[in-house]
Amino acid sequence: MNDPGGPIPLDQICRGAAWLSQRGDDSDVVVSTRVRLARNLAGLPFASKANPDQRRAVVDLVRQGLDRAELTAGRGVPARMAWAEINRLSTIDRTLLVERHLISKEHGKLPGDGSAGPRAVAISLPDEGLSIMVNEEDHLRIQVLGGGRALVQGWERIDTVDDQLEAALDYAYSSRFGYLTACPTNVGCAVRMSVMLHLPALRLTGELDKVKRAAKDMTLAVRGFYGEGSEAVGDLFQISNQTTLGKTEADILRELDKQILPEVIEYERASRRLLVERRRRVLEDHVFRALGTLRHARLLAPEEALSTLSMVRLGILTGLIRDLEEPLVTQLFVLTQPAHLQKLLGQELDQQQRREARADLLRQKLSGN
Amino acid sequence: MCDQCGTEATVHEVVIRGGKAVERHLCEACAKAQGLAPQAHLASGSIVTQAILAQATGGVAGGPDSARVAGASACPACGLTFGQFRSDGVLGCPACYEAFERPLSSLLERAHEGGTHHTGKVPRRLAGDRSRRAGGSAQAVALGIEELRRRVASIQKQLEDAVAAEQYERAVELRDELRRLGAGKEAGSAGEAGPLT
Repeated sequence: MNDPGGPIPLDQICRGAAWLSQRGDDSDVVVSTRVRLARNLAGLPFASKANPDQRRAVVDLVRQGLDRAELTAGRGVPARMAWAEINRLSTIDRTLLVERHLISKEHGKLPGDGSAGPRAVAISLPDEGLSIMVNEEDHLRIQVLGGGRALVQGWERIDTVDDQLEAALDYAYSSRFGYLTACPTNVGCAVRMSVMLHLPALRLTGELDKVKRAAKDMTLAVRGFYGEGSEAVGDLFQISNQTTLGKTEADILRELDKQILPEVIEYERASRRLLVERRRRVLEDHVFRALGTLRHARLLAPEEALSTLSMVRLGILTGLIRDLEEPLVTQLFVLTQPAHLQKLLGQELDQQQRREARADLLRQKLSGN
Repeated sequence: MCDQCGTEATVHEVVIRGGKAVERHLCEACAKAQGLAPQAHLASGSIVTQAILAQATGGVAGGPDSARVAGASACPACGLTFGQFRSDGVLGCPACYEAFERPLSSLLERAHEGGTHHTGKVPRRLAGDRSRRAGGSAQAVALGIEELRRRVASIQKQLEDAVAAEQYERAVELRDELRRLGAGKEAGSAGEAGPLT
């Protein structure tokens, strides 16, 4: 691990993220998979009720635990973890981690009075597939990110990491309630399994509400690109389990992966086929207007960039656009976010400058062959 | 009249303790503060409750558990009150789960679609190393017995909670499961003796 509290190697972070650049199973619809565990240390108050000394103790215990835990990155290869204390990062760097889904929005926000400190994060490099938030709502929020539909692999990896961490840390656990969490809605398995779905055709055919209702009937949560409270921009939706008590991890995995996901994937694919076969002109109009905007616009707001990128992604996946690759477009969903643009240009940008930088980047990346 | 504050009582609870019916009458606010769901607890329900508990565990109806007061006032470890938890939705520390076990139970059941007990992963330090257990050694047998004991204790606890929540179908299922595990069979009536006895 690098120096605790030292600068996180953000240049390395921007080069990595295997989950963003590699195609996974069913990645035409499932952009990414995330499995998250909430864990707390025994004998200490939960993060929001802890005083600064207790919060410091949690950060130090986890940091020491990580050094002892010998985390592996698969096949016994040691994981290379970078460590950063969130309070010591600039606003842009914190936002960058949020945009890359390595920390939550809440973890990246710091109230001015410093009452939320200290907080930390450990990130596996260069793949960014594993991150561990310290002192979020729970002492540890461990997450594994993967490209495409990878719930089984995600669960296997996080289960191993959890065992390795547990060997070095004393978790709060009860035989009745399972893993004890600050919010009782997470108690039990304390696991959230989620998939990020790209559902442009279901939106265009007006069928999206049916999917949302079906998911909610199965007590699954439907959220936007950046989690709780975020808008469903770019036709990206997260579906995740909501209940964690009285079910095994295998039950939760099965419900999401075997019951709801195949149906949603097939529903979106059928809608794409319907658009291609019966409403081709309408589909072409949406797709090529979007491509025209991205290839020629000089100023682009984030919402317009994401909605046009969504149509271009749909155009590639339905075979209408043949000179662009899908993974590039998926990466651009993240690379056109505010902190990424500022990192790319190496300077702080105001809103107007970001719109310009966003349009420039998209023109350059999507100029085609 | 509410036993606590004197306003109109809307929640009525009758519990059989030591063979005597003990009544409590509370307004909705005081009932919530004491962790009672705002629904009537009828005398007949309590009697069924005690009967199922007694049948399953072979214990005496009206034992110490049934006399336990619903809802502790504050967590002994961190001082958080259940009212504070209600207002911001976050518990204070791991010990809050034990301190507020009763009032939390109904809340958890609603939040988790009927889930009341953890059935998932167990930390290795408690479960024993799976690979060692797979070896079939004397230690493995001992761990198996230990795990059975834990399972029985867990089901007994679930049964008590099901009964407290007046979920009789669930309680009967749990009682049957206890019998299958060889625990609590003495609790059944003589007429229900199994074919092998």
